[in-house]
Amino acid sequence: MLASSPNTIAETELALEHPEPKEPGSRWRRPRRQRLGIGAWFAIGWLLLVLVGATLIPMLMHSNAIANAEAGHSSQGLFKVPGHPLGFDRNGNEMLLLLAKGARSSLLVSVGAITFGLLVGGSLGLIAGYFKRGVDGALSTFFNVLLAIPQFVLALSLVTVFASTAIDSTGNQHPPSSGRRMLVLIFALGVVTIPILARITRANTLQWSQREFVMAARAQGATNFRTMVREVLPNVLPAMFSIALLGIAVVVVAEGGLSILGVGVLSPAVSWGSMIAISRADLQTLPYEVLEPIVCIFFTVLSLNFLGDVVRARFDVRESAI
Amino acid sequence: MRAALRRVVQLVVVLLCVSFFSFALLSLAPGDPVTAIVGFGSPAQLAKVRHQLHFDRPFLEQYWSWLSGLLHGDLGNQYFGPTGVQKVSTSIGQSLPVSLQLMAYAMILTILIAIPLGVLAAYRSGTFIDKAINTTAFGAIALPDFALALILSYWVGVKLHWLPSQSYVHPTDDFVQHLRHMVLPAVSLAVGQIAAYMRLLRSDMIATLQEDFILMAKAKGITNRRILWRHALRPSSLTLLTVAGLNVGALIGGTVVIEVIFQIPGMGTLLYTAIAERQYVMLQSLVVVIAVAYVLVNVFIDILYNVLDPRLRHARVIT
Repeated sequence: MLASSPNTIAETELALEHPEPKEPGSRWRRPRRQRLGIGAWFAIGWLLLVLVGATLIPMLMHSNAIANAEAGHSSQGLFKVPGHPLGFDRNGNEMLLLLAKGARSSLLVSVGAITFGLLVGGSLGLIAGYFKRGVDGALSTFFNVLLAIPQFVLALSLVTVFASTAIDSTGNQHPPSSGRRMLVLIFALGVVTIPILARITRANTLQWSQREFVMAARAQGATNFRTMVREVLPNVLPAMFSIALLGIAVVVVAEGGLSILGVGVLSPAVSWGSMIAISRADLQTLPYEVLEPIVCIFFTVLSLNFLGDVVRARFDVRESAI
Repeated sequence: MRAALRRVVQLVVVLLCVSFFSFALLSLAPGDPVTAIVGFGSPAQLAKVRHQLHFDRPFLEQYWSWLSGLLHGDLGNQYFGPTGVQKVSTSIGQSLPVSLQLMAYAMILTILIAIPLGVLAAYRSGTFIDKAINTTAFGAIALPDFALALILSYWVGVKLHWLPSQSYVHPTDDFVQHLRHMVLPAVSLAVGQIAAYMRLLRSDMIATLQEDFILMAKAKGITNRRILWRHALRPSSLTLLTVAGLNVGALIGGTVVIEVIFQIPGMGTLLYTAIAERQYVMLQSLVVVIAVAYVLVNVFIDILYNVLDPRLRHARVIT
């Protein structure tokens, strides 16, 4: 599957994107009747649960931290208080509510970042793959430069520079607002995904734009834009979509990492990552405060990875032929 | 030869762009960079720092003097208030080896575990062993390294007291203690990598085992063990190498977070302090050092690739 050496680090991720290539006779082969397996339904179910929980729970439940604390519920872990199976944090906040709010921020950041990456990276990749030659050369160099900095470090430095506490000449500190931090997180994590999404799109566009129907469209006098959007793009979308699912998972984890370094979602907003980062100090006494968001991240990433594989198998996405 | 030359030019362009980006980071930050670096101080002190850092000169000239300093190994100074100054290269010189040790241990663990597991899973493909290994790996990929680090430091470190879950011991002081302190961080880093490499090796090896030359080897009566390790592993290992470049990037990112969790005084901790204390010069230097190291690792992997695959040694390199 690899005809040439990976000339750039950028080309290496293409191999990453299809961990299950052709295996004759194995269960990974495309099933004859396309039915979703039980695993896929579990994955969809979990993601739906998270989505519904993230939207409904903060609307329906009120944060009664003070009342809960007065009732002596603070720091009561799993199944300690009847009716509140997930327990309370050290301030008397209900863990269920925190997790739902965390899901909201985590999903907002990750879906936002991937959308940004898809819009920018997808269109750049489409342009590079469609026009080839000089355009491709220039854009590919750009992708390589973005890929030359380890992604986590790149995101880290972008967030630090654009949304960390500023100090003015009199020594006063100006912490960024929670909303600004969130926007910058989306931007920074989006920038990081641009080259990856762009390279996948480019590789697929290169393949599809050789096809007869694309030539036919051009022969009939369709403009470049129309050919790209109407003929090539629909065929490239499945590949972009399967990578986007994996990308959302990666961004959820990356936001967690950034939170631990102190540049994640800022209070009053909480994300799963920032819950872990805040509770990390109490790991010895209140381990469930760290474990509950970890479990949420784990199942979300697992579901997204699984669905990404399903989409890839179903649309027979191949990225190997560059 | 021409291809090699082209690669070198490409490499230089990428390195220049990366260094330019790292340099521009500081200027991109909103507000006055000097105030951001020094914090606060009298106007005279600020003006002095401004002059030292060449912020009173045109942007490209600033970049040039910074770049030439970089090439001479001078990464600038970090400022503690308007007067305290420390050389960035000193701090990096102390912490880089620590990070490299940690990453090396993680890589060794990865190679020692991922390759036998991948070969075993491929050899027994479709059986219970294969499914068990593959499913576990799929789960392990979904567990973030920092999550594993926290879980391990809680159970193994705090609950069971088997291994220390914090701080670092220098190998020359006490090598056994050094290793004991490195076990949990290295394992946390390695598990995800093991799963990723193992799954790749497995699927590639299954494909290789279908090839004619394997059948030929079997027909000649060569033992299974020899076929697996001598005939099948080498062609299958190429894919591993292809993703190694990107995985090293993930490893670097992981190391940063893991170091902060286990309080290991490496590059990650330095980065963490640089962010928390707004040491932008330090941040800039760390980004450029990490990026250059990463690019060079990838060049090395490319060369290794050519060594492993003799077909490529003389083939024209297609860019």
